[in-house]
Amino acid sequence: MPWDRHGMAARAAAELRDGMYVNLGIGIPTLVANHIPEGIFVTLQSENGMLGMGPFPFEGEEDPDLINAGKQTITELPHSAYFDSATSFAMIRGGKIAMAILGAMEVSEEGDLANWMIPGKLVKGMGGAMDLVAGVGRVVVVMDHTNKAGESKLLRRCTLPLTGQRVVHRIITNLGVLDVVEGGLRIVECAPDVSEQDIRSATEARIV
Amino acid sequence: MNKVYPDARAALDGLLFDGMLIAAGGFGLCGIPELLIAAIREAGTRDLTVASNNAGVDGFGLGVLLESRQVRKMMSSYVGENAEFMRQYLSGELELEFNPQGTLAERMRAGGAGIPGFYTRTGVGTVVAEGKEHKEFDGQTYILERGIVADLAIVKAWKADTTGNAVFRKTARNFNVPAATCGRVCVMEVEEIVPPGSIDPDHVHLPGIYVHRLIQGRHEKRIEQRTTRPRPAASA
Repeated sequence: MPWDRHGMAARAAAELRDGMYVNLGIGIPTLVANHIPEGIFVTLQSENGMLGMGPFPFEGEEDPDLINAGKQTITELPHSAYFDSATSFAMIRGGKIAMAILGAMEVSEEGDLANWMIPGKLVKGMGGAMDLVAGVGRVVVVMDHTNKAGESKLLRRCTLPLTGQRVVHRIITNLGVLDVVEGGLRIVECAPDVSEQDIRSATEARIV
Repeated sequence: MNKVYPDARAALDGLLFDGMLIAAGGFGLCGIPELLIAAIREAGTRDLTVASNNAGVDGFGLGVLLESRQVRKMMSSYVGENAEFMRQYLSGELELEFNPQGTLAERMRAGGAGIPGFYTRTGVGTVVAEGKEHKEFDGQTYILERGIVADLAIVKAWKADTTGNAVFRKTARNFNVPAATCGRVCVMEVEEIVPPGSIDPDHVHLPGIYVHRLIQGRHEKRIEQRTTRPRPAASA
């Protein structure tokens, strides 16, 4: 059976290493925080100005001065630190954040990422995504392998406006794990009961 | 020297003019200068260009200046929470310059620090890079982004002493620091004004040199996405 949202999040959490500073995007990547393996200490960055992001508050303890990048109320931890937006993106642009785990609308076989805009339809903005993919050490994308019509979202070339060019290192989909390598994508792992052939036939991008 | 003004209207007196560029602090509705925004609405200043990470929501924050059609152009990274914004943008009434969030923050920081431009990898190969100078450093391509110097910065802090030394609370610091520094004039609203000496000089987040006028007021501090977790069952 392919992975569901939680399965993908759990697989993405297996990418984490002890001591990492990590930025999690909105959507499935947020769920990764619930699957951090035992014995691994990671510090989550929220790009609006916090390291050491804690869980949602108990009802009645919400603080309007304490939110994450998705504008949700959160809490702090004993090792939390706050800073301004310029400092926050200095640590992102400066390569201090080891990994970003982000959602995507499309990824190309060269590692191009599109996740911020659908022309004429969705005009919300890129937020911090362009800074993250250009700055962090490693970009892991978590996404459905195909769209609702069953068409591949892993493409030869992206059709949507890019968030970054040649920035994605690893893609985790409901069907498996693929790496961006010279000449295309390489299958690293298949989800339970999914074959390499299943992945190949669901993928437009070249698989090498 | 007196930086303390009785209210937002008095603090903005003589600073507003049509067509001006305003830099505003805040992220979403967190740490926004809500009292100064309301006073700009009252003043009716028009054709504003506003550099702010977000554009408020319908009826609150910068959303109130969009409703009153006082904004001609926004410089933002994310505007997804505002239906009126979307309507005005798609109908061509409102100009929008999307800036990657970190680029916007650094443009403000640079402007305030006397740096007219900087090179960044952010946005290379995307629409953001179109029309901008590209330059290679050590085999990597970067684009030139310009510093922002605003006619006016409006920001919100938690508390400040009467000389403007300011302290922020938690994630409400966000764009307030870079926005404050990039204004030719900066007006700050706080929850509490305290006498000099009440804030440990080691704990000042924004030195008073950046703050020209100061007001204290009551803030609504609206929450945009109230998210909670269940309490663990009480042990008997």
